[in-house]
Order: sequence, then structure tokens, then C-alpha cells
Amino acid sequence: MNKSIMIVGVGGQGTLLASRILGNVLLAEGYDVKLSEVHGMSQRGGSVVTYVKYGDKVWSPIVGKGEADLLLAFEQLEAARYLSYLKPEGKIVVNTQRIDPMSVLAGDGAYPDGVLEALEAAGAAVQRVDALPLAVEAGSPKAVNVVLIGAMAKNTDIDKEKWLAAVRACVPPKFAELNERAFMLGYEKGE
Amino acid sequence: MKTIMLGNEAVARGLYEAGCRVASSYPGTPSTEVTEELARFDEIKCEWAPNEKVACEVAFGAAVRGARSVCAMKHVGLNVAADPVFTASYCGINAGMVIVVADDPGMHSSQNEQDSRNHAKASKIMMLEPADSDECLRFAKLAFTLSERFDTPVFLRLTTRVAHSRSLVETGERVDNGLKEYVKEPTKYVMAPANAIVKHPVVEQRLLDQRAYAETEALDAGLNKVEYFDKSIGVIASGICYDYAREALGERASYCKLGVDFPLADNLLKEFCAACGTVYVLEELDDFVEEHCKALGLDVIGKDKFPRCGEYSQGMIREIVLGEKAQVLTAAVDVPPRPPALCAGCPHRGLFYALKKLKLTVIGDIGCYTLGASRPLATIDTVLCMGASVSGLHGRNVADPENANRCVAVIGDSTFMHSGITGLVDIAYNASNSVTIILDNSITGMTGHQNNPTNGKNIKGDPALAVDLEALCHAVGIEHVAVVDPYDIAQCESAVRDALALHAPAVIISRRPCALLKTVKHAPPLRVDRDACRSCKMCMQIGCPAIHMRDGRAEIDATQCLGCKICQQVCKFGAIVE
Repeated sequence: MNKSIMIVGVGGQGTLLASRILGNVLLAEGYDVKLSEVHGMSQRGGSVVTYVKYGDKVWSPIVGKGEADLLLAFEQLEAARYLSYLKPEGKIVVNTQRIDPMSVLAGDGAYPDGVLEALEAAGAAVQRVDALPLAVEAGSPKAVNVVLIGAMAKNTDIDKEKWLAAVRACVPPKFAELNERAFMLGYEKGE
Repeated sequence: MKTIMLGNEAVARGLYEAGCRVASSYPGTPSTEVTEELARFDEIKCEWAPNEKVACEVAFGAAVRGARSVCAMKHVGLNVAADPVFTASYCGINAGMVIVVADDPGMHSSQNEQDSRNHAKASKIMMLEPADSDECLRFAKLAFTLSERFDTPVFLRLTTRVAHSRSLVETGERVDNGLKEYVKEPTKYVMAPANAIVKHPVVEQRLLDQRAYAETEALDAGLNKVEYFDKSIGVIASGICYDYAREALGERASYCKLGVDFPLADNLLKEFCAACGTVYVLEELDDFVEEHCKALGLDVIGKDKFPRCGEYSQGMIREIVLGEKAQVLTAAVDVPPRPPALCAGCPHRGLFYALKKLKLTVIGDIGCYTLGASRPLATIDTVLCMGASVSGLHGRNVADPENANRCVAVIGDSTFMHSGITGLVDIAYNASNSVTIILDNSITGMTGHQNNPTNGKNIKGDPALAVDLEALCHAVGIEHVAVVDPYDIAQCESAVRDALALHAPAVIISRRPCALLKTVKHAPPLRVDRDACRSCKMCMQIGCPAIHMRDGRAEIDATQCLGCKICQQVCKFGAIVE
């Protein structure tokens, strides 16, 4: 049975590194893996999406509406934006961080209140992670992505050591320790 | 060895394994990584060219000399390269030549949604299209073989979802057959009318031969493929649409997968349609295959049911073909859009703010700075294509000379090298009172930091000649060339005022490196003195993602702020401090 994961966030939050770590782990597990990501213009502070699919044989690299088993959201509003991609029985792992989009900064819209409650009211299983303080604790606010990968990893059957190996393989050696700490802080918060 | 690769990376790997020796490209999303990956191989002489036309001519020159060569570009780049492409089709090549072109259905990072398959047909050049990274690698190798066999450049078409998806590939060893002998042969390589008249029928015959290949040998080569399962539904598709269809319909349909987009395999299509019940042609963008099928008298369903605009998906196919709609959750929350924006610390911001203050009409161009059109800056009036700011400004000023002092053009350093120079020559030659602002951030920004002829580094990051922009502008006849620091709003404002007051051709170079470059040192983040802040929201007018309102006062996100001090210059109350 194939599985679909979506990683959504704001350009610059490091979603591409998160998907590389995920791809690395799934490949090591012997799965057929396809990942699809968007480069270029939308990376500049825009809403970004990465699709991760794995199983015995994967055809399409993208995840469609109602197809994601897991939605890993680096920001609340982005979780809401892509809710329709989640399977009704799927799960959302969401960073509780709020980042105002330019439309809100420019006064063209408001950042809604109660986003996470609305997701739960819609029937989604929501796991909240306050990733920014954990990333700071690990040594850098930029490690939010690896904290969230850690929190998500707890939802899979894949062994923790294999995840840590993938983290090490995907970051520069001098940041390996910091990122391992970030992963573990997220992993311990996972459900 | 099996490994996971980006589609673009797999294309580069395939070209490398096939003995590619020369690569020349201009960056353009979603094609850029093909050339970046080629640059990692020491055996390949790999270069950034100023534009796609030059890149294509470099690749052609190398192929004629006997080196397997490639140029890679995005779909609109192929318009720029179309001139050499159409005639290279007549000349043919010596060693193989591959033109990689990446289309962008859905316009993730493009100004239009054109379908490059039309270029293949118009230029009478064979086009292959892979569906995943494994095919990217294999088809890239085959493209060289077919190029040499049929004496023609060969297109390798990608779409964003193939170029920017990662999947498994099996890599092999490089085979380099060396530099082929070059024999002087004017009837082949000098496309004067007398020779071209002889060559055109050769091209027409070549298409017939390639069609025969597509119907027979292409099946053995794994380019074209027919898979029969349930024959009540037939699907004709190429590239990513095949993968979408396989996922949506599985063995409930049969498939005719086309790895050769052009020329199309007529007999294969006829046989497949005869064997299947209802046949769908699934192709993003134009009805390229559908139209061809209908001209053959085949009864197929395409654009009657499927859109011409945007991307397809397995969900769309499931819904239209099977009538199955996905179940989705909906939350009672209004989600404001999150469009891309100029980065915190972006040097373009200060200049754009000055232009906004002066209430000028701004003719824009292609690059990160296109984002200056978005609110709240909303500075840019028009964006057309690479280089069109400079020439477009001139056209506007020819039409309405009285208001020439109310208009400027903005163009990035790389875009200016690409096709802004000729527009500037036009301005100087035709004595146009036009002010061109070159946004020199020392890099090709939007496509992800590629070096270019102005920044003193080549594709590998090694030192290279840097075009002297001031000297270049002087040399084409622009007397007034000023240089400003875009982090200084007042300086930008007065330089623009002065240039517009000249009533003469003028250039302003707004010079500061992109804030995201690793070599750029940043000042410490600023903060808001909450007691001094009067909530006037002037700092919100610069559209900086690091500034937001919190509890009625402005607040600066220290993790994003790069200390550029633009906000400090617009705050009238001195509330933004170090």
C-alpha cells in the first residue's frame, strides 16, 4: 500500500531539506520513492509544497486532494491551506508558529484566529509542535525543519537510528550534532 | 547502482554517460539544475552563456566540430534560441546535439504556459519526453544516439513535475568516443539559399524516417510503449500525464505511452485506437497529440473534457474518466494568500521604494525584482519578457515624449546581459530620453544564484572576466551613468530625479549584492522601540517580511532581519533602532 506525505510551509523554512531527509530514509528502507518539489519564484517567502510518496511502486510524484496520509505543516496557515489534500482519516503534524503572509502585512487580509481548532473541528487529527523554541534549544532557530521531521518520525514504523543516520547524511558535518539534537527534541514530542 | 535523483540531475547524468563534452545554457526555472549538475563533471566543458540563443549556437558550433553537446533552457528560452534552432534543423550536426527544454504547466515560475512541442513541429526537430528520473537518464542518452543517426539536433522536453521530482535511477559508466573528425562541407553547413533549398527536402524525408522509427524501433528502445490491460478505456499520454493516468486508472485501462512527442507514430496510434474502446488523449497544455489523432481520423477524447490550462493530476483523471471524486475535509477558516515576496534585506527594496515615492511609471523585467509589482510596493507597471523593459520604455517614450521624464525601466544585471544591451543600443542610437536602471545584485537571483558575465565568476565559481557595466553603457553611447546604493533611499531618489531631468539617455546602476549570497555580511537585526512607535505603519509600506504589527505596534522578527536599515529611513519617529 502506497503512502503519501505532504510537507508544506513558507519559502525559506527549509522544507527541501526535510524532504531530502525523508527521501533518504525511505530509500534506505527499500521503498520505491518519488518526491516532488517546487523551485524558483514561489520559494521567495511564498507558500511551498513538497510531495513525498513511497510504497512498492509509485507512479505519480504528486499528492492530490484527499490523498495525503500525513500533512507536515511548518506553519499553521499553511496547514489550513492544504487541508483538502489530507485523507479524511489522515493526520496533521503542525508547527504552532505563525508567520504573517505578505497579503496580511500589506493590509489586504487578516491572519485568522483559531486555525488549529478549525482544523480539528473539520475532523482532522492534529498534533501540535511548538518547534521554534525546540530549535533554539538545539542551537539554531533554523533547525525548525529537523525538529518537525523528528516529531513526524514518531508516526512511522521506521527505527529512530535510521532517521538519525539520514539526518547526518543530509546536513554538513559541522551541523550534524546540532541537527541530531533538533531531531531528538522533536522526536520526544512526537505522538 | 540505484540512487534517487532529481529529474534534471538524471538528465545531466544521462548526457554525461553518453559522452557529452560541451554544455552551454542560460538558467531558467525549471531547467537550471541540468546545467548546474553538468558543471560538476570535469570531463564536460560547461558554461553559462548570456542568453539561450548564444548557448544554442555554442552547442551547435561544438557539435559541428565533433563534440557531443547540449544546451538547456526553459520554454520561453526556446523562443530566444529559435533562430539558430530552426536552421540547425536544416544543417544537421556532426557529433550529437541535444536541446533540453523544460515547460512549466501551471506557471510555477514563468510568465506564460507555452507548449514547446509546437516548436518541435515548427522547426521539424525530433522531440523526446521522459516521465520520471529513470527515463530522464535513459532518454538523454538515446537523444544523442538519435541525433547522430538522423543528423539532427534532438529536443528533450521536460515539464516541471518531471524536472523537479526525485525518483530512482540506475546509473552507468561514461562512454566518450572522443572528438569526431570535422570535414569542410559548405553544402551542409552554409545555409545560403542555394544550399538550404537542397536541404529542405532532406529535412522532410528525415521526418518520414523518424516517424517510421517511432512506429517500430522506438518500441524496442523503450521510448514508445503500448500496454494492454482492460481495453474498454484507452489512454494516449506522454511524460508526467502517463504517470498520473497509471496511478488513477491502474489496470482498468490500456496505455499508449509516447516517449517520442514528435514526429508522432501514426500507425501505433491507429492500432491502439482500433484495439481500445473509449480513447482519451491526456496531455497538459495544447491539444498537440489530440489534433494529430483527429487529423488521422481517430475518435479520441481530449480537450472536450480536460483543460488546456494548468497542470493535470491523478485526481482530475479519476474524476473525469471514472466519475470518482475524492473525499476532502474543509475547515471554517479564511486562508489569506501567501504570494512570494522580496526577501528581508533585499537590495531591490530601497530603490523600488524611491520609485514609488516619485510616483513613476516603471517598465519592469524578468527576475526577482518582478516581485516589486506586488503590494504594498506595487511599483511596476509592465512585465513582458527578458529585456523588454529597456526597449519597451523606449517605445513608450517614442509614443509619448512629453512624459518621458515620468518613466523608467528596471532590469537586473543578468537580464541586462541576456537581452537588455540591444535595447540600450536602441535608446542611444535613436536619441531616446529614456532612463534605464540596472539592478546589479551581482548574481542571477530568481533561478537560485547562478554566476553571470557581470560578477567575475564562471559556472564553477572560478574567477572570470567581469563585464564593466559602466564602461559598456558609455561604449554604446550613454553619457550619463550614475551608480547608487539601493540601501540609501534618499540617494536613489535624487539620482533618479537628476537622470530624469537630463532629458537625455541615461543609466543608473543600483548596485548591492543579493542579501542571500553567502559572501554578504549582514548588520545586526534592528528592533522597534515600542514607546516611540506611533503605529503609523509607514514601515509596513516597504513590504518587508521581517516587519509585522503586534499588539498595535510594529515588531521586527530578529531571525529574519538582516539590518538593511531601509525601514529605519522611512520611520518618521525614530522608533526603529539598533
